[in-house]
Formats: sequence, structure tokens, C-alpha cells
Amino acid sequence: MYRYDQYDQAMVDTRVAEFRDQTRRRLEGKLTEDQFKPLRLQNGLYLQLHAYMLRVAVPYGTLNAAQMHVLANIADKYDRGYGHFTTRQNIQYNWIKLEDAPDILADLAAVEMHAIQTSGNCIRNISSDQFAGAAADELIDPRPYAELLRQWSSFHPEFLTLPRKFKIAVIASETDRAAMKLHDIGIRIVKNAAGEIGAAFYVGGGMGRTPMIAPLIRDFVPLDQLITYSEACLRVYNRYGRRDNKYKARIKILVHELGKEEYTRQVEEEFAHLLTQGIEPPIAELERIKAHFTDPAYDTAAADDLDLSDPDFALWVERNIVAHKQPGYIIANISLKPVGGIPGDASAEQIHLMADLAKEYSFDELRVTHAQNIVLPHVRKADLYTLWQKLDAAGLGAANLDTVEDIIACPGLDYCSLANARSIPVAQKISQRFAENGKTAELGELKLKISGCINACGHHHAGHIGILGVDKKGTENYQLLLGGCEGDDTSLGKITGPGFDEDGIVDAVEKATGVYLAERTEGERFLDTYRRIGMDKFKEAIYA
Amino acid sequence: MKILTGNDLKSGAVVWWTGHDWSIHVEDAVDVGDQADAILQREEGARRVNASYAIDAQPDGERGVRPAHIKDRIRALGPTVRPDLTLKPADPNAGNWVI
Repeated sequence: MYRYDQYDQAMVDTRVAEFRDQTRRRLEGKLTEDQFKPLRLQNGLYLQLHAYMLRVAVPYGTLNAAQMHVLANIADKYDRGYGHFTTRQNIQYNWIKLEDAPDILADLAAVEMHAIQTSGNCIRNISSDQFAGAAADELIDPRPYAELLRQWSSFHPEFLTLPRKFKIAVIASETDRAAMKLHDIGIRIVKNAAGEIGAAFYVGGGMGRTPMIAPLIRDFVPLDQLITYSEACLRVYNRYGRRDNKYKARIKILVHELGKEEYTRQVEEEFAHLLTQGIEPPIAELERIKAHFTDPAYDTAAADDLDLSDPDFALWVERNIVAHKQPGYIIANISLKPVGGIPGDASAEQIHLMADLAKEYSFDELRVTHAQNIVLPHVRKADLYTLWQKLDAAGLGAANLDTVEDIIACPGLDYCSLANARSIPVAQKISQRFAENGKTAELGELKLKISGCINACGHHHAGHIGILGVDKKGTENYQLLLGGCEGDDTSLGKITGPGFDEDGIVDAVEKATGVYLAERTEGERFLDTYRRIGMDKFKEAIYA
Repeated sequence: MKILTGNDLKSGAVVWWTGHDWSIHVEDAVDVGDQADAILQREEGARRVNASYAIDAQPDGERGVRPAHIKDRIRALGPTVRPDLTLKPADPNAGNWVI
């Protein structure tokens, strides 16, 4: 994985010192809150419902054990013993003291981490496929390009005050595991007919109040022009994005209003101009970055079989394990969704344990997923049973990846100032309901996502079943959506009809799954059945 | 009644105006009548509190004061999904007050 050079480290250390001074001046009254607020936000420090919340960047979700241990230490020393892994592959702490924030940033900097650009109208954490570098279906490892984009976008003077926040995802597999088309820019690394590797650009996607699927604006950009093309995309947005109205300020609105063709025309014009300016980083820099993403020292003699005689282990293998490119190895998904748990939360002890297990069994590497789970990307099959036993003993053995119990949920009204309704209790009740009725296995792949407000941090638009919490005359109300999908066949969910109260939405979800079980044909997922039969039968059952 | 809330500047803790200071317990909150703006301006200026605002509330028997909106009741108690993190971790019925 990438390691800081002296420039990276100096930048982060300098920022820590700068923020320490800014915080001191705020506490001494030399800065007003209006003056200080943009400074703390530039360092990921929000003021949320109960306290200050710190969002720490995990670039493309990749971490090593030392970094993970520091995240646990922060939870223990400065917070209330836990951290919350987010849909942006980051981690958040909910109970930070302002006076501690500079020390936390210093602790992060000591392990090459920071909270820079995790807030504000700038390019946010670059996200990627959580299986990057390990997936069997991968063209190349996309992370060197994600890292190059990170370096390009960090402190980029032209893009620190964009019309709105800006999110980029990079993948290199045919299977989209990063919701790429629901980003401001989605980049898929592809091979063209001539066998050359390049990048396809999808621009103008996103969820929130106006969800849009990003259209493809260019099917092949040579990789040695990746930054130049990205810069062109951003420049056109920066020039014309709606700064007069924050609700219309995202690039998806610009692309929609200009039209894909006109936006693309302007990007191509800017791109042609930028190519004359020589802004692309030198190949030597890309090669330097690439050298940090070489394969670990796999045991080429590793056995390729698994003993599945323990049925609980066999179930976990069936649900939570993904094929690895290297024979004898697998990708292990650690679900942070125990039945009745808080999606994405992990205790300091659990974070420490996952770090230890990564060190022992996964070449010192972990990943955070946009589905709020953790991945150990390179596990020898021979070690898998022992690994699972250790996870299970710590409450991390839930066998539910991509099932109805593997729910994405934003913090909702329990923690978030923007939320209108609570998300977590709904997730808890749904996972408990399906654990009790025993239908989780029968339902198979069913992605359920819950947001506590229209901002869609819980990705409800992209859930096979989505739930949106709204405020209805001062009480929580939950709308049900069906038919969303975040992958290759990205689609946006449609609202079924009037909303429900907290228990009613749980019943409605169960009724919707009942329609699926009654109507499905061989091999169909919930989403496939919905797409085939449409909304009506679901509505009939849900509102009967 | 109108009561004042905000976050303690240093710790970020949710606090309520008692008439002369800030308390983490909503039951200590007092009706400020039409004095909200003046108090908030003074307290923000003195850096004792951050992101402060006035809300509607009503007297609530033995509990003292109940904010009108669920968001402020969650702020007053703590997250409904982590009783151990609330101000009343030993009271299994505390969450019912929020809903």
C-alpha cells in the first residue's frame, strides 16, 4: 500500500500545526465561530447533534494494521470506545472534544493519516473497489490511479472552493462494487479494441435530493492523460456550477441542464487546451506510486481447498467470502452488521482485533467498504477457519454479506444534525425481524439501504429496497422505495406510495419480500423479480 | 415556553440555559421568554457555547422540561440506540421519553 514520502508527511504535519494554532486562537477568543468554522471543516471536524464529529479519511478504503490500531486508540482515548465506518469508506467519531482535535490529528499524522478534505466544497475522499488488488475479475489494480487522483486533488488550489462537494470513484473490474455511476465522476479502467488500457469517464451521477445516474461521456482516455481529463471535467464544473443555489450546485445538475453532449463538448475543448499545458504528472511519479501497490508475497504452494465440516463456518464462507486472483487465497468480508447492531459501528476492541488479524492473516492490509463493512483482502484458505473463529468470538462473525441483514444505514437522527428521522432503529428492527423469521437465506442477495434524510448518505435510492426517513408534521415517517441498484446495471428506486411509521415500515419490507418469494422464477434475485413484474403487485401487498 | 440550547464550545456537549449558566440536563432549562436573542448573543460572544438556538418546549412534570421536537429530545437524552451513551444509562424507560 502507499506510504508517504517526505512531501506527503510534511504537508500533513504542517496542517496539524496550523490547526493546533487555529484551535488555540478559537479557544482564546481570537477567532469567532464564523471565522473558525471553515477552518475546522477543512480538517473534517463538524458540529453534530451531540458533539463535535471527526471524519477521518481512508483513501480508497485501504489501511494497514498500524493505522487501524490508531483508529482504535482514538476511539478509546478521545471518544466513547467506538468508531463508525461510513459509506465513503471513511471512519467517523461522534463524541470528539474540540480541545482534543489537534492531538487526534497529530496521532493520525504519525501513521500517515489525516482528515483533510473530508468536508467542504472540495474533492472528497477518492473511493474505489474494496477488493482492488485482490479481485479475480480485475483488469489492473485501480488504486495507483486513485492515489494519483488523491495527490492531484489534495490542496488543489483551483478546486478547494467548488460549487459543492465532489466525489470520485475509480474501479477496474467489470463488476462495479463502488457505486461508480452514482459519483460526480466515476472512472472505470478498461481495455480498448487495440488492447490498450485506458479510462472510461462517467460524469454527473449522485444521490441526494436529485438522484442521477452518471452518463458515459468518454469511453477511453489514455491513462497518461487521466489527470488532464479529470481537470477538464472539474474546470467546466467549476466555471458553470450553480453557486447561487446549493440544491442545484452539484455537477449532476450542470450535466443535466447543459445536456450530456454540450457538457462533453466543453470538457473536450478544455481537455484539448490543457493538453497543450503539460499538466499531467510525470510518468515517473505514477511509477513511484505503482511501486507501493505490488502483490504481497503469496505462498504459491498454498492449498486451494477448504474444510467446510463446521456448518456455521460453511455458512460464513458461502456468504462472506469472495474469490481471489491468487490460488490458495480468498477475500474475507467482515460484516459490521450483527443482528440488531448499528451498521458500521465497531468497538475499539473490535478495531484492534481486526488490525491484529490483518497483520497475522492478510499481509497487514484491510479495506473499508462503502457498505460499511471491513475486508481482509489476502487470506490464505488454510488460515480461514482460525480467522473466522477469532472473528466470531468477538461478535464479528455475522454471515450476511449482501443479504437483507447487511443493511447500509446512515447515522440518522440519532447522531446527525441534518436528519429528519432515525435510521438505525429501523435497520435494527429489520435485521431482527428477518433473523427471527428465518428468511434471510431464502431471500438471497437483497440490498437494503436506509437514509434518515433526503441527502441519501444511506444510499436509499440505490437499494433493491430503499427506505427514506422524513419528518411528517414533527413525527418520523418512512417511505419505501423498490428497484434501486448501485452496480453495473445501476438504477434508481421508486417510491411505492404513502409512508409508514417505524413498525409499519418493517412490516412493509417483509410484505415486499413475500411478493418476491411468491413471484420469483428460478435464479432471480429480488431486484430481478421487481424489474420483471413491476411495482403493482408489490404495492397491492404492501398497502393491503 | 422557550428554552435555549447549544453545544459547549470546548467539549461539544449539548447544554441548556439555566438562567445563569449552562447545564447538560434539560430539566435545568428555564423559560427565557423574549430574552433569547440577547442571551445567545452574549453567551456566544463569551465563548461559553456554540451553535446555540432557542426552541419550543413544555413543562414535563417531574422531568422538568420536554423539548417540542424529537430532534431536541434526542439531543437532550443522547442517541436512542445506545442507552449506555445517554445521560440516563440506568433508566430502561428513558428512551420512551424521546419518542
